[in-house]
Parts: sequence; structure tokens; C-alpha cells
Amino acid sequence: MVGIQSAAQVQSWLVSGRILFLLIHFLGIGCFFYIVARRMAPLVRGERDFRFDQPWARLRQVLKFWLGQWKQPRYRFAGTLHILIFAGFILLAMRAFSTLIAGVSENFVMPGLPGRAGPVYDLITDYAASIVLICMVIAVIRRLVFQPARYAVPAKYGKAHTADAIFLLSLIALLMIADSLFAAARAASRAQAGQSFATLATYSLPWILRNAVASLPLPALGMILFGAYLAHELGFYFLLCYRPFGIQFHVETSLFNIYFAKLDREILKPVRYGVNDEHLDQLTFFGVKKFEDFTWKQMLDFYSCADCGRCSDNCPANAVGRPLSPRFLTIKARDYSFRHYPVFGRAQNGSALIGSEGSGGIYSEDEIWSCTTCGACEQECPLLVEYIDKIVDLRRGMVDDGNVPQSLQKPLKAMESRGNPYGKMEKKKADWANAKEFQKSCPVRIAGANNLANQGADTLYFVDSITSYDDRMQSIGRATAKILHHIGDNFCILGAAEKDSGHEARRFGEETLFMALRDHNVAAIQASGVQRIVTADPHAYNALKRDYKDIPPVEHISQVIARAVTAGTIKFNPLENLDSVYTYHDPCYLGRHNQIYEEPRAVLDAIPGLKRVEMARSRDRSFCCGGGGLMLFYEPKEDQRMGVKRVQMAAEAGANVMVTACPFCMVNVEDAIKVAGLEGQMTAVDLAELVDKQIARECPESQGEPPSDAVECVTVSLRRL
Amino acid sequence: MEILVCIRRVPDTSENEIQLNRAGNDIERDELVYSINEPDNYAVEEALQMVARVGGTVTVATVGAEDDEEVLRREMAMGATHGVLITDPAFSGSDGKGIATILKGLVEKGRYDLILTGVQAEDGGAQVGGMLAALLDYPFASLVNSIEVLDGRKLKISREIEGGNKEMSEIDLPCVLSIQTGINEPRYVGMRGIRQVASIPIPTFGAADLGLGASVVGENAAKVKRVDYFVPTLGKGATILQGTRDENIDKVLELVAAKGGLK
Amino acid sequence: MARIFCYLAHKGGSLDDTALELAAAARKLDPKAAPTAILTGWGANLDAACNAASSAYAETWKIASEALAYPNAELIRKALVKVLPSGGIVLVAHEHFGIDLAPGLSIKMNSAFVSDVLDVTQVENAAVTVIRQEFGGQVSTHVRCDISSGAAVTIRPGAFQGTEGPAHAGVVIDKSAEVGALTTGRRYLETIAAEAGDVDITKYNVLVSVGRGIQAKDNVSIAQELADAMGAAVSCSRPVVDAKWMEKSRQVGSSGKTVKPKVYLACGISGAFQHLAGIKGSPFLIAINKNAKAPIFQVADVGIVDDILEFLPELTNKVREMRSVAAK
Repeated sequence: MVGIQSAAQVQSWLVSGRILFLLIHFLGIGCFFYIVARRMAPLVRGERDFRFDQPWARLRQVLKFWLGQWKQPRYRFAGTLHILIFAGFILLAMRAFSTLIAGVSENFVMPGLPGRAGPVYDLITDYAASIVLICMVIAVIRRLVFQPARYAVPAKYGKAHTADAIFLLSLIALLMIADSLFAAARAASRAQAGQSFATLATYSLPWILRNAVASLPLPALGMILFGAYLAHELGFYFLLCYRPFGIQFHVETSLFNIYFAKLDREILKPVRYGVNDEHLDQLTFFGVKKFEDFTWKQMLDFYSCADCGRCSDNCPANAVGRPLSPRFLTIKARDYSFRHYPVFGRAQNGSALIGSEGSGGIYSEDEIWSCTTCGACEQECPLLVEYIDKIVDLRRGMVDDGNVPQSLQKPLKAMESRGNPYGKMEKKKADWANAKEFQKSCPVRIAGANNLANQGADTLYFVDSITSYDDRMQSIGRATAKILHHIGDNFCILGAAEKDSGHEARRFGEETLFMALRDHNVAAIQASGVQRIVTADPHAYNALKRDYKDIPPVEHISQVIARAVTAGTIKFNPLENLDSVYTYHDPCYLGRHNQIYEEPRAVLDAIPGLKRVEMARSRDRSFCCGGGGLMLFYEPKEDQRMGVKRVQMAAEAGANVMVTACPFCMVNVEDAIKVAGLEGQMTAVDLAELVDKQIARECPESQGEPPSDAVECVTVSLRRL
Repeated sequence: MEILVCIRRVPDTSENEIQLNRAGNDIERDELVYSINEPDNYAVEEALQMVARVGGTVTVATVGAEDDEEVLRREMAMGATHGVLITDPAFSGSDGKGIATILKGLVEKGRYDLILTGVQAEDGGAQVGGMLAALLDYPFASLVNSIEVLDGRKLKISREIEGGNKEMSEIDLPCVLSIQTGINEPRYVGMRGIRQVASIPIPTFGAADLGLGASVVGENAAKVKRVDYFVPTLGKGATILQGTRDENIDKVLELVAAKGGLK
Repeated sequence: MARIFCYLAHKGGSLDDTALELAAAARKLDPKAAPTAILTGWGANLDAACNAASSAYAETWKIASEALAYPNAELIRKALVKVLPSGGIVLVAHEHFGIDLAPGLSIKMNSAFVSDVLDVTQVENAAVTVIRQEFGGQVSTHVRCDISSGAAVTIRPGAFQGTEGPAHAGVVIDKSAEVGALTTGRRYLETIAAEAGDVDITKYNVLVSVGRGIQAKDNVSIAQELADAMGAAVSCSRPVVDAKWMEKSRQVGSSGKTVKPKVYLACGISGAFQHLAGIKGSPFLIAINKNAKAPIFQVADVGIVDDILEFLPELTNKVREMRSVAAK
């Protein structure tokens, strides 16, 4: 080649460019693989995790969430920035590769880019590099000037991550500049030497730089060429090897993290993969106590966190000042693994994860008990990091150690002896149905009574503990029963044979108790011979749908009502009070966990005269009311109640009636209305209660007179299962 | 340190409604849920914590019948090393002194540095610990709410007295202590733990094993016997206000003001 | 019937309130005989207490020993065993000292033992029938006690009316010499006073007291708001302290503070005697409880069966209304 030498041909200190860059390649790649191998060390020691099934479904997941960046737009501005940067990186991948090779073999042409494709690709990547650079500048400005709240690091978690972020953003920017400068110098020098040169995309960074250096003499261009190339090489390999030391590791691990992400989020991780229920006795312990008890995928999650803070930004526990921040749950674990499995140095075995800093712990007990398992964090995370399984696993470990707060021990013990967390007697489980006026108009049949397995009913109404025993929530039970009765649904209840669904027992780490409750209920349900199950309790719904097996399909009452409204079997009287403004609060276990958003809304919209507004946080961004089941017993350290924040959101949306479809939401919301001082300005009503009140009835059930074909009331003589 | 904790299985007050039965002479025992007497659970937890600090074993023992094994197992699931069931038809009807005599028989079969009981059982008289100590001629302290192990076979203990004050004493081993609730935060015993101890054999001791004759235990030896249960006919009691909530509130304020309660 | 002795607690030279109650209990056991008081202690305080006792008891036995300056039940038991005749009946108040002393005493005296007695229903020559409670006061029992070789009995404070019986110009007999040297395996060190909290509930005329019925730490503010409106303080029962919803300094009861307010609102308190033992001076007691069968309704002056979580806020509103009207 005439003119300046290519980078490969440069001679410097007796070493040719070719040799130098080859050396850098080997060193760089070698280092990278060494570092990655060291990073894999804890994963190899982690518990097993079955993630190699269903490759097509997993590939679809990769297409949607990795390539398609599906979750990014949830934060409009940052999401757009990231999509541009990600697209830039993908596009620049091949260009980077060919640039690297150019240092060794100057005539290298990328295979797969023959003929015209090559130059077109170059034009596209010219713009890509420019856009990435602009995005870096914007990102730095965001970090330094606008300082989005979710990036902030509370003092207890250490110092801010800003410096590291700026450093990385700057490095990438420099890389873009070096690459563009190299391309610019090469094009300029070839032009001067009269050779053919690639056209640079107009107004792109390489184009700008080429114009800037075009008039320099050849030797100077040669130096710039070599310098830019060296900078690019070093920058590239430095970044490559630096990334596994921090949050930028997500660049490499994100693909794998999303490929291996859980396909069915709603199925809780078993105590140990590969160990089925009958063999659980053989395990020496349950749960996660030390770092190595995590599965390799859980550890990969720690590596893949990009520290974006979206999870904590949506976490209700974090919002009310509880000691839980999902982001730092992950970052602390990642730092722990970096400390105990360093790239340079010897691996040290783990101490207990939960405990004081002095004893080597990284989590506090309150931190782990604070989670309501609402799923907002998992909903947001662009990298599909899984949180609920980890919390449940850590709780399993604490339960195994007997380390359970006193406030939770009582309800757990009560569930064990009485089958409900309140310690109430089994024989009173169906008392809610015995309210005098109600009983006359809507007799409720109990499976097993009078030796009739299901009393001729196809449907089981699974009431669950709070609706059965709590004075206030019993009205939800009665409303639900009346609705089913109205649409002609032949239903029965299990009565004293029904134990708590065990939904929270499981999520609070008491797996054995959960299994006992589940097995009991499954047997009772099967013995009743019903064909379908209906419940008004989203926690029970979730348990029956996801945690239980071998039972008939289950629906939530809102789905039943919505269907009846469409079919015309339920018609509504218009609302009397037209001043009320309603808003629907999505319960976590109905909405986010089970995607039932529209049916309750459709029901409300079918009520004539009902004015409905949406809160800013709705559907999958709904804000947890405070949690259900055992969470009602736990005494968290918090600045404020979640429910109070939620009713304030309703007030801000302009509503004065909150509609919920979950008895636990009702408890928390009604309580919060009082605590927030909004009594008289805000009321709460359950969906079933509202529907029951507004149903247009021909026969006067609601006045308590029995319809002529009323079934005889069944006494509580239950067949023990 | 070898610690013996004497425990008892009682109807759980938070999970039962204690009511008279139809005949009116006993509490309704159908469908009662039983568990370990709450102060006894605190005593076992305290023993476990002491042994974790200074080494040794914890033995839990109860005087009863086969049904009572479940509380022994629960405390073993909690961490107690040994469980002992003391059972014999001859023991039934024993009063507090009888029970204490039976426990003395057990103590003399072993070598215990410390004996703990709960301060009182739900259906008991806060007596067994003190009686056992007197029968053994060991020093005794009741209502203990903190224990510190000192060198030289001594403990520093605190007793709960009026006003929330603490009476600090030094006590020589071997001794008997009755433990008050709130001394610690007992650990949780999960269902899994209980399952794991479900088949561990629990040794039993009868009257002959402990060398106890009919003159000191059982109904005939008892000087104190419960005759019946009853619910007293409500005497004067409170005047229950019967109005609506607003009416009641007004009445309350009227009365409070009259008594000089509103400044 | 055997001779009846009443062990009297005293402090700072004055007799405990239970002194007269024990005399009343003794009279119920044996209306004909006069019980003998027994006091132990040291110095001027003991002398003063014995003098006070001698106006209610025909005979008072004084046991003075420096070792007994602080009432160590272990030592006192040994002293009593040396001094008391066999077959006697010993009454002592059922509180922390009585619980410590009496069971062991019954063994050493080879007599029967029955604790926390509320009443005596039947007296025979060799046996008495008394009333006790079980399950936190939810049920009562009749208990028959063979007193043929004596008995040690603890009496529930407040169960018997400590009205003055026949006045006595009683004698005080010094039994100190019979006691001899006293040693024990339990040595008293010191008393650590409870931490003074932010609020001294003993100084308030009106107390809004909460029990388990308040259900959660966050709900305590409901009581606080009422207390603020009324110029009162919030106190509580033991379960509330155990659950860490309030500080120990707010606890009313036998192991908490003793209060003497004019008005006492018992909100969501069941009425266990250990709590009531802390309330002296017969205040006007208003009980609010969801459970119509709560024992508190037995001892309250006025009762309301309602949910405190709803009742109290409305009461607070009314008080505030009244105040703002009065202010105009």
C-alpha cells in the first residue's frame, strides 16, 4: 500500500503493529475469558436450577425482551436512550470486530458483507457511533445535572454510584470518538494518497472528524491513525475486561439472563429443584442461608443488574420507608459475591447472609420480612431479574432456623392447629352464611353435609379465612354468594372442611405448613366433586391457580360477573348517588400477578351513572395496599402505611370511592382512610358488594323474603374428611 | 450445664373459647386445641440460649399421658436434647405437691445443674417450681426475667417485682427457677421441625422407675382437689350502656365530666 | 380450726394495703378466732409497721434480723419455719413475694397449698372450699383443701374487703431470738428501678388504658388522640408491652405501675387481675370491649360493648367538639 502505512504495518520500537495488536488481542481476550471464568466460580457452586427446557419459548423471550427491549419504554426518556444505545451496540458489533482485525490484517473484509453491503453497513454504523456518543453525553448530563431520584444511594448503602457511571459513560464515549477518528484519519489519508476510500456518512461523527483532519499532512495523519487505533484497541479491551467488575457486566450477561429467565413467573420456585414433595424430608435444610444456597440463575441475576433503580422506584415497601430496596438486595449480593469470589485472590466461603454487618451478613431480617410479594419490581426490571423467589427462599431459611418474628409466630401456629391465622374454631367457618336475613334469601349449601358430596352443585365457592371469620369481610362473602345465586350458579362451600389456602404461609417461607394446608384442601375439593371453583379472594385465587394441582379450574368473581354482564344475566340499577367518583384499585394478586385488569373495570362501567377515573398508578403499575394474609400481622418499621399512600393517590385522582376486589385490600384501605384523616371524604367498597347492591332483581331477595323454590337450609353436620 | 425444664400441655387460650360444658361442671373439652404452656416455652428458649453460650444439654420433661408427648416433641424440635415422659395411672389426681414429688423423683435419677419451670400454668397454681425446690432443698426464685451465668456455679438473676423494677440476686447451683414470659423471644418451631422429631423414641418413667409409692402421689395423697368449674353469676358488675354509639358517647362524657375527668 | 397467721408486707414503715385484706380473709376462714400478724424486717421501719399492725391484729409477731432487712423469701421461709407452730394456716398476699414464699413454705411445714384465692365458700373442721380462677379468669373453680396439717394460702389482692375489723390494742411479740442464724443459696444484690419513661402515668387523673384489643402498634395513636383531647395519658396492660407496642413505663399492673386516677378508661382490656391489681383508689372505671363476656365488665362501673377502634375516634371527636364549643 502506498502512502501511510496501515496500522498493521506501523513499526514502533522494533515491534510491528501487526505483532503489537495481535499481542493486545491475545492479552485482552485472554484476560476477559479468565475474568469471566472466575466470575462463574460461585455459579458452579450454586444450587441447580432447571432452565434448559423449552428453547423456542426462551428464544421468543430473548427476541421480545433482549432484542426488542420490551420493558425499556416504561420509563420513556431513559428507555429511549437505552434503546438507542443498545441498537447502536448491536449494530456496531461487527464494525468493532472488523476494526480489531484490521490491526492484524489490513485487507480484512468482514465475511457476510460482500459487495455493496459492506459500505452500506459502514454508513449505518457511522450514524450509530454518532448517536451512541450523543446518548453518552445526554446520559452524563442526566446523571450530573438532573440526578433522577432512583439513582440515589441512601447513606446506609454506601457512596453514590455516580462516579463509576460517569467513568463508564465517558469510556464508551471515548471509544466512539476513537473509532470515528480512526475511520476519519484512514479516509483522509487515503484521499490524500489518491486511493479509494470509504464514503463517510454525512454529518456523522467520522465525517465531521474527517473534515477536521483532512488538511493535515500525511505523517500527522499517520500518527493520528495509529493513535486512534491504539486508543480504540486499548479502550475496547479495557472496557471488555472492566465490565465484569460492575454493573456493566449486564452487557454480556443480559442475553443469558433473559434466555434463562423464568418462563412462568407465577409458579414459585420449589424448595430445591429436582426434589419433589415426598423427598423433601431428606434435605438437611430448607431455604437460602448462605450465598452458595442460591441457584446459579439467581447468582446470574446479581451479575445482570444494571443498577437502573426501576425496581426500587416502584417498590411500595421502599416508598414507605421500609428497610427493603430490591435494587440493593441485588447490588449487595453482587458485591458479596465479588468480595468472596474475587477475580484476583482466593475464594472465601460464605457466612450467613442475614445478620449484622459485623458477622458478615448483608441483609437484615426486617428487610426480608418487609416484602409484600406484590411483584412490582419484577414487572419493571428490563433484565427480568427475579425477586420473589429469592425473598421466599431467604424466608425459608429463616423459618428453618426458627428465626421468625414473634408477631408472625402466633398466626402461623394458629394455622397449624386451627387451619386459619386467627385461631378461630373450624366449626365457625361457615357462620358468615348463618346471618338471619341472609340465610332466608340465600341459603348456602355445605359440601359433605347430609352425606351429599357436593349438594348437587357444580361450583365451589372457596371463601378462605378472612372472608369467613372477619366481621367486616363476611359481607363480601354474603355479597358473592348472592351474586352466584342471582345468576343461577349452583354452588356450595366447604365449610369447616376448608382450611386457609396457605398462600401467605408459603410466601412467608413455611413450606411444610403450606403443603399440609394444600393437601388437606385438595382432598376436600376433590371429594366434593365440583367442576369449577370461584373465589372472591385474589390470594386464594392465586394459590388455587398456581400453587395447587389436580383441582378443577378456578375463576375470580370479577370474571364471573363480567361474563354475566355481557350475557345479560346481570343487569344493574342506576346508581343513586351521582356525585360519587369511583376509582378501581388493582389488587396485586388479581392484576399484576394474574393480568385480570379489564373485567372489574368492565363491570364498573356497566353500572349506569357510575363515574370512574383511573389513578396514575393502575393496572400493572398499581401500588400495593400493604399486603394480605400474614402481612396483616407483621409489624414493619416504616415511615407511613402503604395503604395511606394509596388512598392519597385515589384522592389525587379525584375519586371519593375506592373499589377493590380483594378483602385484604379492603382491610388496608378502610384502615388507611381513617389514619389518613380522610373519613367522610373517601369510602371504600368491594366489587362484589357494589355489584350485589346494584343488581336489578325481580324477586325481592334483597328484602330477605325467600324465593318460592328455596332450598332447605342445611345444618352444620359435616362429614369429616 | 445440664438443664431440666418441666413443661406442661394446656388448652391454648388464644385458639380456644374456654367455656363451660353443658353439664356445667367442667370446661368444654371437645375440639380444644392444646399447646405448650406459654411461660414453659419461654423457659425452654432460655435454657437453649444458655446452653448455646456455655455448653451442656436441655432435657424437657412432663408429667402426663401419651397425648402430652406432643409438647415434648415440639420442644425437642425447638432444640431440646432429650425429652422424658413421666406417666403412670397412679399419678392421676395428683395435686401440686404430688407433681413436685414426681418431678423430684426424676431429678434424683439424673444430675441437673439447673431446673426451670414456667411461672404458672393456665390451669395451675404457680406452685410446682417452689415446691420442687423445697423438696430438693435447692434455692429457688420465681418470676425470673433474666439469667446470667457466673463463674463458680452461680447465676445472677433478676426477678420481676412491682412497678417494673427488677430485684437482682445471686443464686447458687443447683437451683430451681420459675420463668416469666417476656424473658426472651422464643424461636419459631415450624411444621418441618416437628415432623423431623416425630419418630424419635421418648423414654417414659413410671411410679416404679422413680420409686414413688401411692402414699405420696395420686388422688389419695392429694390434699387439694378441684371440685368443679363454674362461671359466677354476674354480680353487680358494670352498668352496660345500651344506647346507640352516639348516645353512649354522650353518656360517657357526662359521667367523666361529673367525676372531674375533663379539665 | 388451726391458728391463722397473716404474713404482712410492709415498706418504709407502712403496711401494704393487703394487710387488712388478709385479716378479712382470716375472719372468713374462722370468724371466731383472731388471726396473728407476722412481720419480718429490721430496724425502725419494722417497728413502725408492727405498731400499725397491732391496731388491726390482736397479736403481732415481730421477727427482726439484719439479714431480713430486704425481704428475701428464701431467708424468710427459713425464719418462719423456725417460728410457726405446725398445723397452722399461713395467709400471704398473692403477688411477687407470696408467689416466691408460699409454695416452698407449704412443703417445709408439710401443709397444703392453694394460691390466688378469691373467696372462701365453705369451712369444715379439716377442710375449706375456696374459689380460684383459671384460664386468665375465663372460668372459676371451687377447690377443696385439706387443712388437717395446716395450709399456706395466697390471697388475691383486692378480693377481700380490707375493712377494719374489731379494733385491737394488739400486742407485739418479739420472736427474733427463735430464728437464729439464717443462710440461703440466694443472696439479694440490689433493686434496679424501672426506666422512667417519657410520661409518668402515676401522675395523671385520667388514664386512657389500652389492652390487646388495640390490635396493632399503629392503633395506639387512636388512644393517644383521645388522651390528648382529654388532657389524659395513655397507659396499657402487659400484653401491649410484651408486643412492644408501648414502653414498659406505661404498664399498669402488678408488675407495672400502680396508679390512682379519678377516671380510668379500660379500652380493649380483658380485665385480668394482674392488671387490675395496679389500679388503686377505686377510680370511676369505664370499660369498652368488643367481648360482652370480658371479665372487666365485672369490675367496671360503666361498660360499653363496642369496637374500640371505632368508638374511640368518635369519642375523641365529641370531646374536641365540646372543647371548641366551651372555648367560644
